[in-house]
Amino acid sequence: MSDSAQAPARLVWQQAAVERVVSATPSVKSFFLRVPEWHGFRAGQHVDVRLTAPDDYQAERSYSIGSAPEDDLVELVIERLAEGEVSGFFHEVVQPGDAIEMRGPIGGHFVWGAGEGGPILLVGGGSGVVPLMSILRHRMNAAPQVPATLIYSVRHFDDVIFRDELFRRVETDPNFRQWLTLTRETADHPLVRSGRVDGALVAEALAGFGGKPPIRTYVCGSNAFVDTASRLLLDMGLSFPSIRTERYGGDPARDPAAPGPVAEG
Amino acid sequence: MLPTRGFLGRRVSSEDAARLPPGQYKESGFPVLSAGPTPRIDLADWKFTLKIGPRPVKSWTWSQFNALPLTKMHRDIHCVTKWSKFDTNWAGVTVDAILADAGLSAPPTPFLLAHSFDGYSTNVPLKDLTGEQAMVATTYEDCPITGDHGGPARLFVPHLYFWKSAKWVNGLQFTERDEPGFWELRGYHIYGDPWKEQRFTGD
Repeated sequence: MSDSAQAPARLVWQQAAVERVVSATPSVKSFFLRVPEWHGFRAGQHVDVRLTAPDDYQAERSYSIGSAPEDDLVELVIERLAEGEVSGFFHEVVQPGDAIEMRGPIGGHFVWGAGEGGPILLVGGGSGVVPLMSILRHRMNAAPQVPATLIYSVRHFDDVIFRDELFRRVETDPNFRQWLTLTRETADHPLVRSGRVDGALVAEALAGFGGKPPIRTYVCGSNAFVDTASRLLLDMGLSFPSIRTERYGGDPARDPAAPGPVAEG
Repeated sequence: MLPTRGFLGRRVSSEDAARLPPGQYKESGFPVLSAGPTPRIDLADWKFTLKIGPRPVKSWTWSQFNALPLTKMHRDIHCVTKWSKFDTNWAGVTVDAILADAGLSAPPTPFLLAHSFDGYSTNVPLKDLTGEQAMVATTYEDCPITGDHGGPARLFVPHLYFWKSAKWVNGLQFTERDEPGFWELRGYHIYGDPWKEQRFTGD
C-alpha cells in the first residue's frame, strides 16, 4: 500500500492542558488541548487518553483529532455516549485548566497529506466526521486547490458537528462540495437533504467530480454506516484499495472510542 | 501517576478485573474494525497457501482445508482499541495441523507473516502460532465467520492483540527475519502482548 511507515518514535504519556471547552452539538463537545511534547500529526490520526482514579484505577480510550496539523491546539471532539465512562467524564467534569493524560498521534493509514493530492471523497456518519474535518482543514491550509467532497449523514440538523464552519466552506471554497443528509428528520434547509446515504446520493456526489474520480476515499462512522457506504462506493466502481475506513471501536451503548481507533478487531 | 481531577471511574468485579489486561475494558458486543471495505470472497475462489519465503509449499482449496482436523478454542480476546471480549468460541484448523499437513516437520525459520485477501499482513513468531495456541478459524460461536469479522477464515491468535488475528487470511509465509506487517509498519507494536500493554512501537 502506498502510505508507509514514518519512523515511529516511542509514544510517551504526557499531561495535556485543557485550554478551552466548546459545545458543538447537544451531545458533542470539543476539547482544545495544549500538548507539551507534540511534534505534529497527520490529518486523520487519533490519540489515546488515560484517566486515573484516586485508587489508581485507570480507563483508556481513543479519540480522533478534529483540528488541522497546522493548528496550535489539538482539538478532541467527544460525543457523549449513554453510560459512557470516559465520554461522560469529559462532558460532566472536564473544564479549562484541567490536565488530561494522553499520548499520540496514532494511526498511519486513515491519513491524508497535501502531498498526496486529490480529488478526495470524505464520507462520514455522525461523529465519524471528526477525522474527516481534520483532513478538510488541512486541505484548506495546505492544498485548497485539491477538489474535495464531503458526504455527511447525521440524525438531526442539531447533530451536525462543525455546522457553521461547513456551510461557510461550501459558500467560500469553489473546490469543496458537501452532501449533508439527515436520517431522522426532514430537512428544512436548501443545502440539506433527508434520508440515508444511498446509491443516488453517492452517484450525484461522484458526478460532482466531473469525470475525475477521487484518488482516495475516507469513510468513517459506525460499523453499519461504514459497511453500507463502502459497499455503495465499490458498486459505483471505486477501487478497493482507494477506500480507507475507520469504524467506531466499541459497542455504542458503552463507550466506544468515538470515533478513532484503527487496528483490526 | 497523579489522579485525574474528578475521575472516579467504574469498577468491574475483581474476577473480571483479573481477566482484563491493562488499559482494556470489558465489551459485550463484538465491534468491527478494519482498514478498508469488507472484501467479497467467493468460497470457490478461496485458497490458502503456505510459503517458505517466496516458494509455495502447499495450497488448500476451501473443501481441502475443511477436511483438516477441526479444533475448538474458548478464549478471551483483546483489541488494541481497548475493548476485550470474554468467553468467545472459535473453531478452525490449528497452525500445527496446517504445518503437519504440509509435511513440515522442522519449521524452516522462527518467523511468519500472515497474509490476507485484501492485502493486509501481520507478523507473528512461530512460537506463538504452534503448540495449539493459534489457528485459522472458520467458525465463531458455531456459525461460519461473517465477512465483517474476517470470514470465510481468519487467523486466531488470542494471546496477542487482535490485529494479529488477521481477517480474510489466505496464507502463512515463513520469513528469514521478523518482518513487520501492515499495522506494525504504521506505528503498532511488533509483537503485541496485551498483558505488557504493547500497543505501539517501543511500548
